Amino acid sequence: MGEFLASTWYTYNTLLYTIFVNGMLALSIYLTLACGQLSLGNAAFMGMGAYTAAILTMKAGAPFGIALIAGGALPALVALIIGIPTLRLSGVYLAMATLGFGEVVRVAFLNMSITGGSLGLNGVPAKTEFWHLLLVMGILIYFFVKLKSSRFGRALEAINEDETAASVMGIRTTLFKVWAFAAGAFIAGVAGGLNAHFTFFVSPREYGFEFAVDILTFAILGGTQTFWGPIVGSTILTLLPELLRFMGPYRLALNGLILLFVVIYLPNGIVSRDTFKKKADRG
Amino acid sequence: MLKVQNIIKDFGGLRVLDGVVFQVAEGAIFGLIGPNGAGKTTVFNIVSGLLQPTDGRVIFNGADITRLPPHAIAAQGISRTFQNIRIFGEMSLLENVLVGMHRLFSYSPAAMFFDLPKKRTEEKLLREKACDILSLVNLEDKADWAAKNLSYGGQRKLELARALATDPKLLLVDEPAAGMNPAETEELMDEIVQINRRGYTICVIEHDMKVIMGICGQIAVLNFGELIAEGSPEEVKRNPLVIEAYLGKEG
Repeated sequence: MGEFLASTWYTYNTLLYTIFVNGMLALSIYLTLACGQLSLGNAAFMGMGAYTAAILTMKAGAPFGIALIAGGALPALVALIIGIPTLRLSGVYLAMATLGFGEVVRVAFLNMSITGGSLGLNGVPAKTEFWHLLLVMGILIYFFVKLKSSRFGRALEAINEDETAASVMGIRTTLFKVWAFAAGAFIAGVAGGLNAHFTFFVSPREYGFEFAVDILTFAILGGTQTFWGPIVGSTILTLLPELLRFMGPYRLALNGLILLFVVIYLPNGIVSRDTFKKKADRG
Repeated sequence: MLKVQNIIKDFGGLRVLDGVVFQVAEGAIFGLIGPNGAGKTTVFNIVSGLLQPTDGRVIFNGADITRLPPHAIAAQGISRTFQNIRIFGEMSLLENVLVGMHRLFSYSPAAMFFDLPKKRTEEKLLREKACDILSLVNLEDKADWAAKNLSYGGQRKLELARALATDPKLLLVDEPAAGMNPAETEELMDEIVQINRRGYTICVIEHDMKVIMGICGQIAVLNFGELIAEGSPEEVKRNPLVIEAYLGKEG
């Protein structure tokens, strides 16, 4: 029995780790979606966090905790710089800015020497333990629970529903949007740092536009009305390719079909508000 | 209390407000009337900071608030409702009112995260106050409903409650009677008078003169962006320019 568990763990621990990291990324984009903004830069933020944390542990010998926090802080700072001019406007400006930003970051990773150019960074020390992931995820879930019933959570929700009305109610809409965007970038950066320290390498190819869209899909599929949606969505989308492995070459097609059906029949995502209060809000 | 001074507003080449001047005295119910398309809502949008005027100034309690952003104007004590209802549909009635009370909360993100006593007492106190405000418009028994499930009239009342929740000195009410039947309109006008008696200064937009003649002390009439009359309801009603704007010229 013990042997079986050990071998199962050995086979699947990477998958389990990835579920947690993807869950964090889904939550990172949920924060911006929760105030009605679309960010396509979260893959790039994750990459910045991965490189920053890996460089700090490999080249500077920094403690893992410090490296992770720095890996979150740098993207958050960059998010402030992008967010302050673009989030003053309402509309799709953040999506446009982050789309361009993601490409700039990808090309920068490819060409800078400190990031190892196109080879990326190899031999990142294995420092991520499973309990690190549990702890970070636990803190995030606790944070989102507290946020929901606070003045800050209500302000984000109001901005999401009607930015004009929210501003007339005295809410500093730009401040909240920038804050949510930067906090999302921080989460993505920490997730990147954690990811780099169990996959042992950081490659510039992982953090492009395609993965930015994957992160968005995690959240949309799971549902963006509550923070549980993105967690469920990312878990399903991480597991699905593995569960469909028996399909061989057809698995991507089936993967796509499942997504299609969820979007058609569950437009609010797999987990919506009504999942939690079936009766409560009916008069 | 509120002084609107020579407001001019151009949208591209179109001048929608041309030198609008009026004053709202503290404690009054002031009516801003005019035919459809006269520019009434544009005046409200400028006063509440959603639009910037091309020229002119808005003075509130002696301070120039002309180019302040909407949240700063709300902090000065001006709140409003919208002609096309803009409640937060997915949120509960109580949450809608709590959003209105946003600036009355002061606890920090740290207090939120660690569930500090300051957060708990503030939330408890202001939730009670929010229930009181809902009962002002007779919606307290539906506090947990999602706002989108309210009737049209209920949503109008909720918007009024949410505006009151910001603890304003001046309340701008944009066509409260739009889409309501005569009985509902009368009830709403009563409520506006009640709110006024509690010490709130009110400025109401209406295109139907009859609706607000009875409750306003002072009325300004806009037509095609120009102020054509100002005075007591009796004076305004007899003004030939007003009669012309509403009924057309005698042939």
